[in-house]
Amino acid sequence: MFWSRDELVCREMVELITDYLEGALSRSQRRRFEAHLAACENCTEYLEQMRATIRLTGHLREEDLTPAMREEFTDLYRRWREEQQE
Amino acid sequence: MGLIAALGAPRRKHSEAPAIDADLELVARLRAGDEQAFVQLVSRHHAAMLRLARSFVPSTAVAEEVVQDAWLGVLRGIDGFEGRSSFRTWLLRILVNRATSTGMRERRSVAVGDAGPVVDRARFDASGAWMSPPTHWIEDSDDRMLAQGMTHQIQAALDGLPARQREVVMLRDVDGLSGLEVCEVLDISEANQRVLLHRGRSQLRQALESELGGA
Repeated sequence: MFWSRDELVCREMVELITDYLEGALSRSQRRRFEAHLAACENCTEYLEQMRATIRLTGHLREEDLTPAMREEFTDLYRRWREEQQE
Repeated sequence: MGLIAALGAPRRKHSEAPAIDADLELVARLRAGDEQAFVQLVSRHHAAMLRLARSFVPSTAVAEEVVQDAWLGVLRGIDGFEGRSSFRTWLLRILVNRATSTGMRERRSVAVGDAGPVVDRARFDASGAWMSPPTHWIEDSDDRMLAQGMTHQIQAALDGLPARQREVVMLRDVDGLSGLEVCEVLDISEANQRVLLHRGRSQLRQALESELGGA
């Protein structure tokens, strides 16, 4: 449905953005996507916001195990070993 | 790896290969009965597991039980791990199986989601051009945005996503799995993975714009 016309409109761009970032567009789709981008400040801004969102989401990654949890999993391992030897 | 890249498979992060090697080394040591190797594996993957489990079950306490149960499954099944998928993918699949077998959610019952537009149609004019364009909110430095408590806003937005979208976004953008790994862990098609990722990420972007851009 998106490819009946030569030029993409902004409303279509926002739906194709993930396929673009994932490298899932065909070559002609990609060309059209980039042609629109080159001429449209708003869609360029939108793309930058998507990229920033992805980067910032990556900062939710958490820290290491607490010492208490280390102990808990060490216990889990030892119980399993005992179970093995029974 | 070189061959796969040449065939045009999705690009992997540079950091991923050493991480996989480190896992395999720890798995070898675990098989040899090294307790510390087990604790190190747990340490490397616990946060991702807990996050994913939490999406399947109703409380953190239950999620912690599911994670423990999954690790026990890893210990019991480690000799059967053939390395056809990455250790992480294998591990997370065990986790998903445990989480779904608690009976609280059918793995296949979760729909991909409604097919509506990811940006409010009212923001475009009749020709499809922006009428109410995205308000600028990005700052030059990510650190400055993060220092302003942005992680809380992203976490809240992530928590508000439908479960499947949340799981895909977490695995991809927080834990750094490839699209193919996510398909394997969640047992979904590549097309569905992309749709879920698209809807989830788009909603997170909108949440940040609403919060920071005043739109």
